[in-house]
Amino acid sequence: MSGDARISRVAVVGAGRVGTAVARTLVDAGYCVTLSGSGDPADLELLAAVVAPGAHVAWTADAVASADLVIVSIPLHRLPTLDPSLLHGKLVVDAMNYWPPVDGRLDEFEEAAGGSSVVVQRLLAGATVVKTFNHVGYHDLEVDRRPAGHPQRLGLAVAGDSPAAVASVAELIDRIGYDPVTLPSLTDGRSLQPGGVVFGARLTAAEITLAVTRSAHDAAA
Amino acid sequence: MELGIGAFGDANRDPATGTRTSEAQAIRNVVESIVVAEQAGLDWFGLGEHHTPEFPVSAAATVLAAAAARTSRIKLSSAVTVLSTDDPVRVYEQYSTVDAISNGRVEMIPGRGSSIESFPLFGYDLREYDQLFAEKLDLLLEVNRSPRVTWEGTTRPALHGEYVPPRAEHGPIPIWLGVGGNPGSVIRAAQLGLPMATGVLGGSAIRSSSNADLYRHAAEKFGNTPEQTLVMLGSPGFLMRDGKKARDAWWPHWHQFMKVVGEQRGFAPPTRDSYDRDTAPQGGLLIGSPEEIAERIILMHQHWGHVRQYLHIDMGGVPQKDLLHAIELFGTEVRPLVQRELGATPVDVLMGRRPAPLAASA
Repeated sequence: MSGDARISRVAVVGAGRVGTAVARTLVDAGYCVTLSGSGDPADLELLAAVVAPGAHVAWTADAVASADLVIVSIPLHRLPTLDPSLLHGKLVVDAMNYWPPVDGRLDEFEEAAGGSSVVVQRLLAGATVVKTFNHVGYHDLEVDRRPAGHPQRLGLAVAGDSPAAVASVAELIDRIGYDPVTLPSLTDGRSLQPGGVVFGARLTAAEITLAVTRSAHDAAA
Repeated sequence: MELGIGAFGDANRDPATGTRTSEAQAIRNVVESIVVAEQAGLDWFGLGEHHTPEFPVSAAATVLAAAAARTSRIKLSSAVTVLSTDDPVRVYEQYSTVDAISNGRVEMIPGRGSSIESFPLFGYDLREYDQLFAEKLDLLLEVNRSPRVTWEGTTRPALHGEYVPPRAEHGPIPIWLGVGGNPGSVIRAAQLGLPMATGVLGGSAIRSSSNADLYRHAAEKFGNTPEQTLVMLGSPGFLMRDGKKARDAWWPHWHQFMKVVGEQRGFAPPTRDSYDRDTAPQGGLLIGSPEEIAERIILMHQHWGHVRQYLHIDMGGVPQKDLLHAIELFGTEVRPLVQRELGATPVDVLMGRRPAPLAASA
């Protein structure tokens, strides 16, 4: 069940810029990583071998079935092509953003007062969704990793409704080279998405906490 | 290694003076920059297509035509052509016309582009992007190959052997596929047998070079020739004689540019700290002295193996005189330093479009 155990097998669904960058950092941190895309894994073999060496490839259904954690990093408008039943009972990281220049206008996300991950959670009912990775640039993710205790170590926010799921993902974030900043609800993930105070900024854990707190104050004021 | 310049035509507000260049003046500035780039010895100039008040070069081929009439040696290219919202037949006609005016100096980089104003402007649906791009690229390549085109698709009426003039007189126009860094798009460039134009837009100068490895592995798998398998890179860049002065001078312009883009797309403006990281010796922003930038390009070449590097130079209201000075330094100082290390074989020779000179230059 979600979040109770230590994560070792990770399925990264979506082998684009974000998915391959995330896969590389996870391989570096010692995780068993499987990449999948929308089609035949044979088409991904070359890509994975060169761009994310050490990651396996599989059909999405197979990769997800054996994973402790599933990271979804596909363009948001393609989410409906992912069968939600595959993710039933799974711990899922939503690394996606609603990005109208790429996604076109998607009404349910335009109107998402609680943030895009709340909609993702609704679409993936049965999974436990945690939001992270989405606020860091794919080109910064590897460059900015630092060992624990390094004075320039940056933070990555981890938002979710399930404390156990958030804790599991936070441990992974720490292991890949960032200080996790846990936020107690998916709705708090609004700060992490485009237009939010943390999105695209390279901040330490303390700076993320401060920015999110201030932003909550401003919203309440 | 060839060196060149990329531009959008910059009508942004100069953060130092608060004044904004008119859109018409920004177009004239680009023509002037191309003339100066040729005088400085640079090999290539690429123009991006946008439809915004900040970046008013919407009809790049027309601007290139003006520059073609005032130059004799420099290559003239789009960087990129937003093909999804254009008619590939018309695009070919425009660029083959510039090719005629310039005596065969035209290239094209069709790509997605980073902005989407042209979709509503020309009545296209962004959600059909993938299909629009795939079909239109297929047609563009076909028109480039054959004077009479037979083609059928879903995004425009079929063609039944109609003639498309003027034909470029030195054979097909070199078409590079513009790739933003998605590994799937990298493989598509190889699958189509096209050379690849991509960018390093900050972050690390070398980290994403695995995409060049991927491109070459894929090209080998598809049986492409070395002439088809070439990589060009574009990066934001600016030069002054003194590297530190260049970084200090360019910072407010970069900050302003990223702030404007960030407001449109919802990300925070860059901090000076991340700017310092990205302009450091391994960074993806090529801002510094001629020696520093030459070293960076040589380092990038070790990882990317690219055959042409261009600097995207006109962002955030940099004064035109500073821009022209940077172009001059890039051509007269950086180019000889880089070519001393990496050779001076022209891309046309690597593409097999003209024979290698008898005296080997590389």
